[in-house]
Amino acid sequence: MKHLISVSDLGREGIERLLDRASTFSSVAEREIQKVPALRGRLIVNLFYEASTRTTSSFELAAKRLSADVISVRSSGSSVEKGESLKDTIATLDAYEPAAIVVRHPRAGAAGLVAKWTDASVINAGDGARAHPTQALLDVHTLRSRFESLDGMNIWIVGDIAHSRVARSTAAAFRLMSAKVTLCGPPTLLPPGIGQALGCEVRYDLVGMEKADVIYSLRMQHERMAGGDVPSLREYTQMYGITPERLSPHQLVMHPGPVNRGVELDGAVVDSPQCLMSEQVAAGVDVRMAVLYELLAGERSQRIEDVAAA
Amino acid sequence: MSPKAEWIGGQQADLVIANVQVVDPREGLNSVHDLVVSRGRITEITAPGAGKLDGAQVIDATGRLAMPAFTDPHVHFRTPGQEHKETISTGTAAAAAGGYCLVLAMPNTTPAVDNPELLRGVLARASEEAVIPMGQMGAITKGLSGSELTEMSGMADAGAAGFTDDGMPVADAGVLRRAFRYQEAVNGVLALHEEDHALSMGASLNEGSVSARLGLRGQPGVAESTMILRDLELADLEGSKIHIQHVSTAGSVRAIRDAKARGVQVTAEASPHHLLLSDEACSTLDSRAKMNPPLRSEDDRLAVIEGLLDGTLSCIATDHAPHALDEKEQPFEEAPFGTTGLETAFSAVFDGLVEPGVLALETAVERMTGGCEVFGFPAPRIKEGEAANIVLFDPSDEWVVGDDGWESMSANSCFAGRSLKGRVATTIVEGVVVFDRGGLK
Repeated sequence: MKHLISVSDLGREGIERLLDRASTFSSVAEREIQKVPALRGRLIVNLFYEASTRTTSSFELAAKRLSADVISVRSSGSSVEKGESLKDTIATLDAYEPAAIVVRHPRAGAAGLVAKWTDASVINAGDGARAHPTQALLDVHTLRSRFESLDGMNIWIVGDIAHSRVARSTAAAFRLMSAKVTLCGPPTLLPPGIGQALGCEVRYDLVGMEKADVIYSLRMQHERMAGGDVPSLREYTQMYGITPERLSPHQLVMHPGPVNRGVELDGAVVDSPQCLMSEQVAAGVDVRMAVLYELLAGERSQRIEDVAAA
Repeated sequence: MSPKAEWIGGQQADLVIANVQVVDPREGLNSVHDLVVSRGRITEITAPGAGKLDGAQVIDATGRLAMPAFTDPHVHFRTPGQEHKETISTGTAAAAAGGYCLVLAMPNTTPAVDNPELLRGVLARASEEAVIPMGQMGAITKGLSGSELTEMSGMADAGAAGFTDDGMPVADAGVLRRAFRYQEAVNGVLALHEEDHALSMGASLNEGSVSARLGLRGQPGVAESTMILRDLELADLEGSKIHIQHVSTAGSVRAIRDAKARGVQVTAEASPHHLLLSDEACSTLDSRAKMNPPLRSEDDRLAVIEGLLDGTLSCIATDHAPHALDEKEQPFEEAPFGTTGLETAFSAVFDGLVEPGVLALETAVERMTGGCEVFGFPAPRIKEGEAANIVLFDPSDEWVVGDDGWESMSANSCFAGRSLKGRVATTIVEGVVVFDRGGLK
C-alpha cells in the first residue's frame, strides 16, 4: 500500500494487520530511549492547512519514535497564505524528496489530489468532513485493546455528524469491523442520505442508547449556532448531552477531542473511568507509527534488496 | 427582436454528398439519398447515385448520417475577460467540430454583457473570428446583480438573441416580474438559471447519499424546482415566454410539464451531462464532474430523459463551460463549476441514448436542432432550397474522450475517459465546410 487516504483503502484485513503492528509499537514508549531506528534518515512532511494540536503532535511524535526527520508546514505564515496553489505547494515540498507527506486540509478530496502530484506516500490527516482514517484506526485500536472483537458491538455516534470527518471515517471503520452503528444528533446535523451512505441507523433522540456498548460523542462546534443548525447549546445539551444520568455503568464513552465540557459531555463523564479519551490519545501515537511503518519501511527494505541485487 | 448571428463565413463548396442516410424528422426524411450543395444551398435531394453537379466534389458518405446541423442556445465563450479559458475563435471551432451551425453565447463574462455597446462589440468580434454563426444573449440585470434591469431595448437593437443572467438566478421575484413586463416592449425571451441560493447554499454537488458520504454540503433538487414553479407563475401572469435553462431534477420536469399543459409559453433545455450522468460521477471528487446545476440522482436523470422524450424539455443544450486546467485541478469545492460539451454532445447522446434504444434518432435530431427557435432562429432543415447547414456523422467511429485533441481551449469534459460510439465527421454551414475530420479527402 502506497497511500492512506480513507479506511476503505485498508479493508478489514488491512485494519487488523495495521493494528496488530500498532500493538507491537506500544512498548516503545516504555523504553528508556523511546525510539526505534526503523525510519532513520527518512523525511516526513506534516502539511497542515488547519490548526490541529492533537493530530500534528501525534504524527510528529510517531515519526520521531521511528527516528524519521520531520518538518511541519502550516498554512499560516507560509507561501500558502500568499495564495500558492495546493499543487504548487506540493511541487515545492516534493523537491525535498520526502518519504511521506501527512496532509490535513479543509477541503474534501485534498489528500487524494496530493497523492496524484507527489512520489511520496500520502497520509490523509483529515480532508474536509470526508475522512480522517488515522482517527478511525486509533478508535478501533482503543476498543480492540479492551475487547476481543468488535463483531456485533452496538456503537452510537452522537453529535454533529454533518460536519464531522471523524464520524464518517470512524463509522466506516466500525462497520468494517462488523459493529452495529447508530448515528444520532439533531436532524439538521444529519445530512439526508447519511444512513444509506454509511450503512448505519439514524436517530434523532437518545431513545435506545441505553443498549449501546459504546457511546462515541462528537465535538459540538460553536459555529453551528451561527449557521442556524441548532438554536442553542443549551437545547443541544438538553437533548443530546451525555450526562452521568444517561449512562449506565457498563457503557464506555469515547470522544476525538477536544471536548466542550458541559456541552456534548458532562464534566463528570469526561473524568470518569468509563471515558476512554486518554487511551485514544495514546493509541493515536502507536497507530500512526504503524501507518508510517507500513507505508514506508516495507518499501525501503524492498529498495535495499533491489540495490543489493544490482 | 431582430437577433443577429455573426461569423467570418468562408468559401462555399459545391458538393455532392453521395449515398448518405438523410435524417430530418421535420422533413419526414430517414432514407438514403445524394445531397447536392451549391452556392450555400441544398439544391437537390436525389435518389442515391443520381446526384450530379458539374465541377462539384463528390463525397462518398456511405454509412454516414446527414442531419440538419445542430444549434445550441447555451454556451460560454468567456469573451470578454476570460480568454484564457476560451475565445470566440476556439469556442466556435469546438462547436464546428461538434456539428453545430449556430450557438448562443451567455453574457456572464467579465464584465457581463449587460449593455448595447458591449453586445455590439462581441458580435463585431464574432464577425471577425467566429468559425460558425454565433449569437449573443444580453443580461437581464446590470452586472448580473439581480437588482437593476438592463437596457433591453438597446441590446435588442444591437442584435441580442434574448436575455439571461445565466450562472445566477434572478433571486428577487419583484425584479423578475418587472423584467418579464419590460421585455414585452421588445418581444424577447428570458432564459433563466433557476436556483434558490437560500436552499442551494453554493454547494458543489447534489444533496444525497453521495454528498453525505463525501462530507460535502449538497444542493437539494428543490433549490431548482421551487424557483421554476415561482417563475412559471410569473411568466403565466405576464403572458411572457420563458425559457428554462439546464433542467436537472424530476420536480423541475414535472413543474414544466404541468405549466405547458395549462398553456404557459415555456421552452426548456436538457444538457447531455444531466441526461447521461448521475451524482455517482462525483464520488471520486473529480472536478470535471462539477457543474451547476449539479449532476443529480439516478431518478432525476431518468426524469430528465422522460422530459426530453415527451417534449417537456424542448432541446438539448450543452452549457459548454470551459475552464483552464489549473482552475479545475483544485479540491472539488474550490474548482469552478462547468464542463465542456460542444465536442461531445451528439456523440454522448447517440452512444448513451440513441444506440441503446432509449431515444429515437429522429427525436434526438429534433432536440439537437430546435433549441434556438424560441430566440428567433428557425431550425435548419434538409430541404431543397434551404441553406446548406448539414452535419455528417459517422455512427461507427468509436473514440475515447481524452485530455487531448480538443478544438476548445479547455479540456474539462465530464465524459473524459469514456468510450463513445459515433462522431461528427464533417460540418457544413451555409455551404462552407467549417469542420472536417478527413471525410472530404
